[in-house]
Amino acid sequence: MTSTRRSPRKGPPLRLLAVVLVCTLIDVAASYQISRWAYGWLPVPASTAAPYVDDLFSLEVGIGAFIFIGCVGFIIWSILFSRAEKYDESDGLPIQGNTKLEIIWTVIPFVIVMALASYSIHVNETLATLGPKQKYDVAVNQAPEAVATPDATREVGPVEVISRQWSWEFIYPNGVRSSELHLPVNLRANFLLSSNDVIHSFYIPAFRLKQDIIPGSVISYSLTPTREGRFRLRDAMFSGAYFSQNQTNVIVESERNYDAWLTSTAKLPMVQGLSPGTPLYEKRLKEGNRGWATVAPAAPPMVNDPGNPEAPHDS
Amino acid sequence: MTITDYDPRVLKAPHPVPGAPDNWKRFFSFNTDAKVIGIQYFGLSLLFLLLGGLLAMVMRGELITPPADLVDPSVYNGLYTMHGTVMLFLFLFPVLNGFNNLLIPTMIGAPDMAFPKLNALAFWLVPVFAVVLLSSFFVPGGPASSGWWSYPPMSIQNPLGHFINGEFLWILAVAISGVSSIMGAVNFVTTIIGMRAPGMGYFRMPVFVWTAWAAQTLQLIGLPALTGGAIMLLFDLSFGTSFFRPEGGGDPVLYQHFFWFYSHPAVYVMVLPVFGIFSELITVYSRKPLFGYKFVALASFIITFLGLIVWVHHMFYTGTPQWMRNLFMVTTMLIAVPTGVKVFAWLGTLWGGKIRLTTSMLFVLGGLVNFIFGGITGVMLGTVPIDIHLGNTYFVVAHFHYIIFNTIGFGVFAGIYHWFPKFTGRMYYEGLGKIHFTLTFIGATLNWLPLHWAGLYGMPRRVASYDPEFALWNVIASIGAFMLGVASIPFILNIVSSWARGPRATPNPWRAIGLEWLLPSPPPAENFEDDIPTVISEPYGYGMGHPLVEDEEFYIRRSLEA
Repeated sequence: MTSTRRSPRKGPPLRLLAVVLVCTLIDVAASYQISRWAYGWLPVPASTAAPYVDDLFSLEVGIGAFIFIGCVGFIIWSILFSRAEKYDESDGLPIQGNTKLEIIWTVIPFVIVMALASYSIHVNETLATLGPKQKYDVAVNQAPEAVATPDATREVGPVEVISRQWSWEFIYPNGVRSSELHLPVNLRANFLLSSNDVIHSFYIPAFRLKQDIIPGSVISYSLTPTREGRFRLRDAMFSGAYFSQNQTNVIVESERNYDAWLTSTAKLPMVQGLSPGTPLYEKRLKEGNRGWATVAPAAPPMVNDPGNPEAPHDS
Repeated sequence: MTITDYDPRVLKAPHPVPGAPDNWKRFFSFNTDAKVIGIQYFGLSLLFLLLGGLLAMVMRGELITPPADLVDPSVYNGLYTMHGTVMLFLFLFPVLNGFNNLLIPTMIGAPDMAFPKLNALAFWLVPVFAVVLLSSFFVPGGPASSGWWSYPPMSIQNPLGHFINGEFLWILAVAISGVSSIMGAVNFVTTIIGMRAPGMGYFRMPVFVWTAWAAQTLQLIGLPALTGGAIMLLFDLSFGTSFFRPEGGGDPVLYQHFFWFYSHPAVYVMVLPVFGIFSELITVYSRKPLFGYKFVALASFIITFLGLIVWVHHMFYTGTPQWMRNLFMVTTMLIAVPTGVKVFAWLGTLWGGKIRLTTSMLFVLGGLVNFIFGGITGVMLGTVPIDIHLGNTYFVVAHFHYIIFNTIGFGVFAGIYHWFPKFTGRMYYEGLGKIHFTLTFIGATLNWLPLHWAGLYGMPRRVASYDPEFALWNVIASIGAFMLGVASIPFILNIVSSWARGPRATPNPWRAIGLEWLLPSPPPAENFEDDIPTVISEPYGYGMGHPLVEDEEFYIRRSLEA
């Protein structure tokens, strides 16, 4: 048999394979491009955690885009080319399944998600942000820091972080208190997170880090900022009426500036710190206390440096 | 094995419906006919969909600008809490029980549910807890306003100190809802196990029945945990106990375990029947057998099993130790596998089919596209380092609305259109249906797609005000939300006018294969009555050329004569 003509039986699968190959290549190219764009969908990366989170996110966006484009492309293809004519009452091909194909599409997703999970476990272990969480006795007013375990690998701190309805207070090892969090760049800082009322969450989007603060427990938490600037710190766990106002700034500066700030601030007198809910609550009382029930804001903390909430933030 | 020797008292019981099937009063009475109860569930839950949607539109009105200027922040918090509660407990669970009531007995050839009175009782508890929940709008201090999670200590702060307060009524309503759901679940599971038509082995059940069974099993296992947690919360709130109060030595995180042990599986309780609806409809409108029927059926119970061991992924940042985070990340990621099996099976079913884009098929395909999207963002959120950044932001809000509205909501609409002729005896208007689909798809996409970016940039969820950099995403989302509000108009118009004066429906307008389509439209009170068919083949035999039941001609003729 030396005929150059392809046998008709082998024609269609080859054409199909070519179409699948071309579509797959387009899908790969498109999803690769989308995974590059994904870096731009996140705030500036400002901690050691950020590059890991961003890379992992970009990878998952890439894989996700590949699957999404593939599946949706398939659906659109079917709608375009497998439509029944108006009066066509016939049935489609009675294919009941294909065990080999079903095993493949069980195993491949399994391998992908397990690979993502094991890489994530590796990232968690590298960052080691979360230290021990210890209970203290609220009934007898035990101080949270009495039971806390500061991070042994810290280079700064431990800084006590006290969250309230609705204010933040930061207490540094030399006794300075502030309403905005000051941190030196590229040093591992340790925090002792505590709350006097309800659950709050210590969330700095630019750091890609978030940790809930549980009343009755003190949590040791560590992170390393990598970029100087002014970043938003937002309460991310719903904490009542003025929850959305419970934000402040993190100011990351050079170690020299940070030390200078600590020394000069220690000499400042104590003033009322930021408590964004308080003026709103006072306004509400003045207007006849309309609206639904809320607890009154906690008294604003007394601090050396109340900060400047109006200053523009980087992210 | 199936039970074929029904108690003759069940079959021959005098039906409580007096007179003709046009007697509308039965829909407002304690009726024990599963089809009446099903329609009662639909009517009531769709009213609450309107209420929940209205609350959402006030919220989106507030969020269209950065500051909290439309309503007081305390009011916003109450609105979003009630929006979530109404949508879950008064719309989604009841509407899916509507499907269960209409479809389970007819699909398996049973005359009714196993416990018809319990079934009616389960339904009539819905208006009871609806009244309890909605009355909280009128008590001093307003409704519950700590989110549908109701996390202590926030939820038990009780600012005014009254014994009867919004939170008290909320917990009471959730507990009664749990009792109602357990009654329903006992009934559905018993009916499926014990009352299938002769010949209908487990691997001849339609996938909807499989998924309903898997979902109701989850209810039976999970609900006691939630109800127990709710009662402890009620005691902490009202009677001074300290299960979750730190000042009495309690642990607020303990509540989160009770809550999520049920409330994560609750998502599967809602999405599984929708997977069933997808499987039923894709086969009919592609005219093909379901690709890998047994895999799809079994995947439902794998989802049930995995769904019970993933709840801690809602608590990755609450101080959960590292080993626990890792363990629950692995189980969470595994859920992608059985759901992937289902998605690929649906795609395989579309391949080479004879696709007909009716309104219900459009909702299925739209819902499927949205589900693939929401599933991918779900895997992202299951990854601990990404969840640490995105958890409790608008990315989560966008993700779960992609599942709960853009998938489950779409599936519900698809199912309503598809089975509308069967249970009302009238055809709906395709034109209005397609307008409804178009507005819903565009509105839903505008509403929730942009919010992913708001979350990625760090906008927390549940905020009444936000930094100005998030304004653009929120303006687009609000426009989408108002569009969804408009989309309800063609839907209501279609349902009301079709039921009142739509063209008469034949017994099987979609030429579908399934026991329910061998019944007249609407089916008589006890479905097949004395002539329960004997099933002789797998479901979805499109193009296979063999009948579903013995003596199929007899049933077709009888359904046409009715």
